[in-house]
Amino acid sequence: MKRTKAYGLMAEFDSVNSLVDAANRTREAGYKRIDAYSPFPVEGLAEAIGFHHDEVPLVVLIGGLIGGLSGYLMQYWISVVGYPVNVGGKPYHSWPAFIVPTFELTILFAGIFAVFGMLALNGLPMPYHPVFNVPRFAFATKDRFFLIVFSSDPKYNPVEVRRLLESFGPRSISEVPD
Amino acid sequence: MKMEEQPEKPRREDVCPSKKGALDLDAARDRLAEAQGPEYWRSLEELAGSPDFQEMLHREFPKGASEWLDSVSRRGFLKLMGASLAMAGMSACTKQPLEPIVPYVKQPEEVVPGRPMFFATAFTLGGYASPVLVESHLYRPTKIEGNDQHPASLGGTDIFSQASILGMYDPDRSQTVTYLGEIRSWGSLVEALRAPLNIQKGLQGAGIRILTPTVSSPTLADQLQSFLKANPQAKWHVYEPVNRDNVLEGAKLAFGQPVETRYDFSKADVILSLDADFLYAGYPGFTRYARDFAKRRNPEAGEMSRLYVAESTPSSTGAKADHRLPVRAVEIESFVRALDMMLGDDTDRSMVRAEQQKFLDAVLADLKSHRGSSAVIAGDHQPGVVHAFVHRINQTLGNLGKTVFYTDPVDANPINQAESLKDLVADMRGGKVDILIILGGNPAYDAPADFGFADALKNTSIPLRVHLGLYQNETAELCQWHVNQAHYLEAWGDGRAYDGTVSIVQPLIAPLYEGKSACELVSMLSGQADTGGHEIVQAYWKKQHPGADFDEFWRKSLHDGWIEGTTFAAKQVANKNASFPATSRADDKAIEINFRRDPSIYDGQFSNNGWLQELPKPMNKLTWDNPVLMGPAMAERMGIKTEDLVELELNGKKVTAPVWIQVGHPDNSVTVFLGYGRRRAGRVGTGAGFDIYVLRTSATPWFTSGVVIRKVGGTYKLASTQGYQTMETPTGARPLVRTASIEEYRKEPDFAREEEPPKELTLYKPYPYAAGPYAWGMTVDMNACVGCNNCVVACQSENNIAVVGKEQTVLGRHMHWIRIDSYYQGDRDNPKAYFQPVPCQQCENAPCEVVCPVGATVHSSEGLNDMVYNRCVGTRYCSDNCPYKVRRFNFLLFQDWETSQFKMMRNPDVTVRSRGVMEKCTYCVQRINEHRIDAEREDRKIRDGELQTACQQSCPANAIVFGNINDPESKVSKLKAQGRNYGLLADLNTRPRTTYLADIRNPNPELEAEHS
Amino acid sequence: MDEPIETRAPVIEPGYTLGSVTDKISSIVLTRPTSNAWFVGFGLMFLLTMMLLFAMGYLFVKGVGIWGVTIPIGWGFAIVNFVWWIGIGHAGTLISAILLLLRQSWRNSINRFAEAMTLFAVACAGIFPAIHVGRPWVAYWLFPYPNTMNVWPQFRSPLVWDVFAVSTYATISALFWFIGLIPDLATLRDRSEERWKKIIYGMLAMGWRGSARHWHRYETAYLLLAGLATPLVLSVHTVVSFDFAVGIVPGWHTTIFPPYFVAGAIYSGFAMVLMLAIPIRKIYKLEDFITERHLQNSAKVMLATGLIVAYGYGIEAFMGWYSGNRYDAFLLWNRLHGPYSFFYYMLLICNLGIPQVLWISKLRSSPLWLFLVSLVVLVGMWLERFIIVVVSLHRDFLTSSWGMYYPTRWDWMTYIGTIGMFLAAMFLFVRILPMISIFEMRTLLPEAEVKE
Repeated sequence: MKRTKAYGLMAEFDSVNSLVDAANRTREAGYKRIDAYSPFPVEGLAEAIGFHHDEVPLVVLIGGLIGGLSGYLMQYWISVVGYPVNVGGKPYHSWPAFIVPTFELTILFAGIFAVFGMLALNGLPMPYHPVFNVPRFAFATKDRFFLIVFSSDPKYNPVEVRRLLESFGPRSISEVPD
Repeated sequence: MKMEEQPEKPRREDVCPSKKGALDLDAARDRLAEAQGPEYWRSLEELAGSPDFQEMLHREFPKGASEWLDSVSRRGFLKLMGASLAMAGMSACTKQPLEPIVPYVKQPEEVVPGRPMFFATAFTLGGYASPVLVESHLYRPTKIEGNDQHPASLGGTDIFSQASILGMYDPDRSQTVTYLGEIRSWGSLVEALRAPLNIQKGLQGAGIRILTPTVSSPTLADQLQSFLKANPQAKWHVYEPVNRDNVLEGAKLAFGQPVETRYDFSKADVILSLDADFLYAGYPGFTRYARDFAKRRNPEAGEMSRLYVAESTPSSTGAKADHRLPVRAVEIESFVRALDMMLGDDTDRSMVRAEQQKFLDAVLADLKSHRGSSAVIAGDHQPGVVHAFVHRINQTLGNLGKTVFYTDPVDANPINQAESLKDLVADMRGGKVDILIILGGNPAYDAPADFGFADALKNTSIPLRVHLGLYQNETAELCQWHVNQAHYLEAWGDGRAYDGTVSIVQPLIAPLYEGKSACELVSMLSGQADTGGHEIVQAYWKKQHPGADFDEFWRKSLHDGWIEGTTFAAKQVANKNASFPATSRADDKAIEINFRRDPSIYDGQFSNNGWLQELPKPMNKLTWDNPVLMGPAMAERMGIKTEDLVELELNGKKVTAPVWIQVGHPDNSVTVFLGYGRRRAGRVGTGAGFDIYVLRTSATPWFTSGVVIRKVGGTYKLASTQGYQTMETPTGARPLVRTASIEEYRKEPDFAREEEPPKELTLYKPYPYAAGPYAWGMTVDMNACVGCNNCVVACQSENNIAVVGKEQTVLGRHMHWIRIDSYYQGDRDNPKAYFQPVPCQQCENAPCEVVCPVGATVHSSEGLNDMVYNRCVGTRYCSDNCPYKVRRFNFLLFQDWETSQFKMMRNPDVTVRSRGVMEKCTYCVQRINEHRIDAEREDRKIRDGELQTACQQSCPANAIVFGNINDPESKVSKLKAQGRNYGLLADLNTRPRTTYLADIRNPNPELEAEHS
Repeated sequence: MDEPIETRAPVIEPGYTLGSVTDKISSIVLTRPTSNAWFVGFGLMFLLTMMLLFAMGYLFVKGVGIWGVTIPIGWGFAIVNFVWWIGIGHAGTLISAILLLLRQSWRNSINRFAEAMTLFAVACAGIFPAIHVGRPWVAYWLFPYPNTMNVWPQFRSPLVWDVFAVSTYATISALFWFIGLIPDLATLRDRSEERWKKIIYGMLAMGWRGSARHWHRYETAYLLLAGLATPLVLSVHTVVSFDFAVGIVPGWHTTIFPPYFVAGAIYSGFAMVLMLAIPIRKIYKLEDFITERHLQNSAKVMLATGLIVAYGYGIEAFMGWYSGNRYDAFLLWNRLHGPYSFFYYMLLICNLGIPQVLWISKLRSSPLWLFLVSLVVLVGMWLERFIIVVVSLHRDFLTSSWGMYYPTRWDWMTYIGTIGMFLAAMFLFVRILPMISIFEMRTLLPEAEVKE
């Protein structure tokens, strides 16, 4: 029977340091499409796997601008154009009063964009992912650290990758079925 | 008992109470539908007899303890009652009276839907008719106004006539003829009376007694006289609890004949009132007197008059006084005696207490220096002697024919009513009475205690006792027959105003419950059972005005509201007696008790009128109760606090009532108002307050000494709408009512103007009100305002304002759109008092509008602070932020949406508010719009004065002026230009459109000197 | 005031590993049997919640007239409670957001349930403005939604500002709390034995797998959110204070309100945090994670904010005298000698007097004492709002319109009902979600250090 192509090779580590170290060396070995998994955010790990540009701040900025502008314009339109009434002798365009809702809407939109932007960029929600097929991967949310080299990497060659990973002295190495 | 909306025929329901039955009796309704004639009545009897209906009728208010939320469930209960009773008025639909009635204004002669018509008629109280105009929407009378052409009204009214509209629609009114509590028809009464009356014919009517209240109606008087001619042995007795026996005695003492005293205060420079509350509703001629008095209190227009008041019970007249002397009622006599002697150059003042002598001297000096331009007036409850003295003093001062006039009595049968009733009771006990006809009134409740009238009525076997009345009251209960009386708005009649002018009373609507008028009943007695009121009244006046032009005469009389040439001419009467007998003077130790007619519900006949029950009494803002009023010093001595329960004991009889500490009340004396503690008043009045009639005897109907007051422990909650009646605070006085003496005012005319930030002091571009055609504004002249409460009731009637009941009033949830704040200042035993009517101030920079989250209260281009009821979500933020606290909130469903009578009563031009919305004074925007439409149709601007707010229109003193402040020529603009014009709390820069004219008093320098 | 570093208690007791931390916290949710005490406690709180619903039901049937509100006191318990609850909420956001920005890593063990507390407190707060209006069924008119009538809210009204501030606050807090939960939900997904739990937690975790890329974006978003939440939390109570400060009522119209409302909010918030943390750490044996250090720090925050509040009172009183305004002067007099003066003195004792014991380090680290002081502060802060709302309104400009306010049983039922609802929610929370942020605790461990 024909063997299904692997999704990638995954090494399991005990400590965060060996993971970071391994990740760095794998990248230096010229592998582009790798990823690392840890139970908590690890400083420098993203750089180690060669992840640099993060779009979240931009998304938040856009959200904030949309919120703020729409907020003020809505109030302006309502109070001056759509439904102008004399309220206690105040001018229709009582801008100081409009600041509060404008501010709140800025925050609201920015916040929503931040959360959902982050999820979207992370491709979440994603109930299924090949790495979950590795039984030991369950410990990635406890106290184990994983490094994976995807088979989609141009330099990917099961034998060499396995040799490379073994050189880091991992706890285990397992092939991730696709 | 469940209530349900009737989907079918909603339109009809609105005008026809019969179709609307919230009592769960659809079955009964069907039965009634096909039932005819007697069956009809029998089934109605069944209905009335149904246990749950009975239970509701007789059930007292549920006790708070048993309820989770008394007031709330109470209201539910009330509405249930209303709805169920509406059922009983099966036969009534609103229709125009069959006979022709004549509208007041020429245009339009015929009904134009949506456009009210006005009819002139007259409301009678205590025998005195108040001429009124009644606004009628499609034959539904909705509002009472004053008759501006009539000399006794000049457009003003009083609270009782204002509130009479509610009286007519009162669902608790007696709605059928009853025999022993069972429903009968008018026909069956006629049947029942025929035989006995025939028997009496033989006896010359020896067994017939007719008891009426004071009668000034020429027609009724004539009917009774002719009935007495036909039955010489029959007797006509007169009794009213609030009568003028003393005045009559006084006249007899002085002149040996009954006369009516009439005053012209517009000509009086100095007025001395001896316990006479002539500036409050209920005093004959009040409306005109208030107008004349106010005219002379305007510092801009000529010499201000000066008012001295020596009084027992603090009254609004005392509040307006330049100098007020609190004296026990009993001491008035010695005071007036001394005054009389000193006018005759006698200098012995020993009979007057030391502290009163200074006052006496000042008054004396002032009166002497104003011979011919002064007036002395005595209160009805002062003994005849006092009145006799006053007559003589006025004569000595040469006031006769100038400020004081004598005319024939308005009372058609001027006899001593106490005596009259006494004789009747004697006859009843003596078994001389076979037929007793009680034409209105409620003697079983309000007759002097020593007569035991009720007992006589119950325990003497009078074969036929017939009671005619608006209510199934305490007296009806003791008569076999009760005839449901037609309200004056439903029946033909006539009556005399205080000056004798006769007004024809024309009905605005066919009787809602087929009630009968006194005239109709009497004519039935004389054998014409089916003569209608119209026929009767017209027949009488045909006699008076024979000739071809009668129709013309009749038409004019109906149209104008009075009959030309009926005004009594002043007549010359000579003072006969030189000396008047002294009534024994009570010792200073004994505590005096005063019985007074209630400022709101009079003698009790209005106790089922919610508007009046909830109307704050002028001096203490109390509603729904009649506590014992007691001076602060006395209360301190006895260790009594407000709301403490005390027991009053007077010659063996005991009453327990709460105390209210009334500043300015004379020491060693207390006052209790009559009219409360009714057992069968109806759902509004029953159980409110305490029945004080049990202490009131014929010998001392108004005041007596020797009452024993015991603290019994426990307290009783009283509902005052103004808890705090001073402008003083621990951190200084607040300039709410601004006042000055006339001298100070002359020196510094704009003393009242202060603290107002300049108009240009703003970051914003002000709204261009001046650009528009109108900018509405109002001034309230606190010099003119006599605190008569008229505006409050007028506003309530005009704007469909709900009555909330005692519990809610205690919580502070009363709904009046205009309230009269009354403030005391200075010595608590004799403080100065001020009235300040406060409607919405219609601020240009309205604090309420800015905080409303939904824009439910916004400004109109004419400067009105509009409320948009159906936009209001009820955050109450506006009320919190209103510095004047003039906003009123429907905390619960205060409006009665079920009772069909109330639906007919309401002003169709004003929204009936529902639960959870804010409401407040609108400057009667519905009237503004009505006049704007008229003006635009005629392509002109609204003329100054043609548009009046309800409060302004009803004000007898012309204290309220409303108009266009964009027009510099308008009255209101001119008033606002005056020096004494100021805005309340104007320092907050709210820019109120309602402003006040400061209260200027005209004190006597000598007495003033002593004060300071 | 601070002790030398070495004697300071640690943020987390030594000897824990990534595994043990994970197991200890997740086991509370996954394996620990639910005690009868929990059922009793939750049951009681549930009953109180039912009482709340009953009171609201009757309110909708009859109208706000069943409450003690009247003219001139148009606002009573409802608004008092609203401000009180909102204030309590603030501590949660403060801990999770501001302390995060300030890199106060000790917050990691208390931010989770502090945020939960915020959420539930805001939920309780949100009830009141909605039901206190005369016509609750149209309360939604405060939102600017397009409608055929073409009528809109009135944006000069602080109540509309409230609508925006509070709804934004609720949304942001919920989001903040939820994304904080995602990694821990993943942990629970992988730890739980039963399949249904795996499914539920799995769905909530949305397939989180701890990828370095995800962690990076996650942290950026989390940090930015914290940055947004910080001005937000400050603005919310500022806006609430505008409800009063914008009005012209003496005692409301004060510029000091925004800062002193915010301080007061944090004051009461930390009190509530302590009142929750102290029993929780005892019952669930979490003294190692919520250590003396946390108690100390929270106590210090209370001490500081308490002093700011004190300053607020001081300035109010001073201005009452210094301004020379007759109405402000009377307001001061009325607070000190008026019919409600007892509550004002109680307020001073609760907020200014008793909390000063926190100057004593020993008491700062005594759970019992802190619990009691926190209770006192919560009462005091409630009284403060009562004084501001009721005492200012009941005697304002026209002496003729002065009145008194007496809460009814319905006022009390509603108030106590929300407390029940709040605690009921807390009970559920500790049973089904990790009450301490596991992944953030991991970062505090020595093994989490990355050596260069």
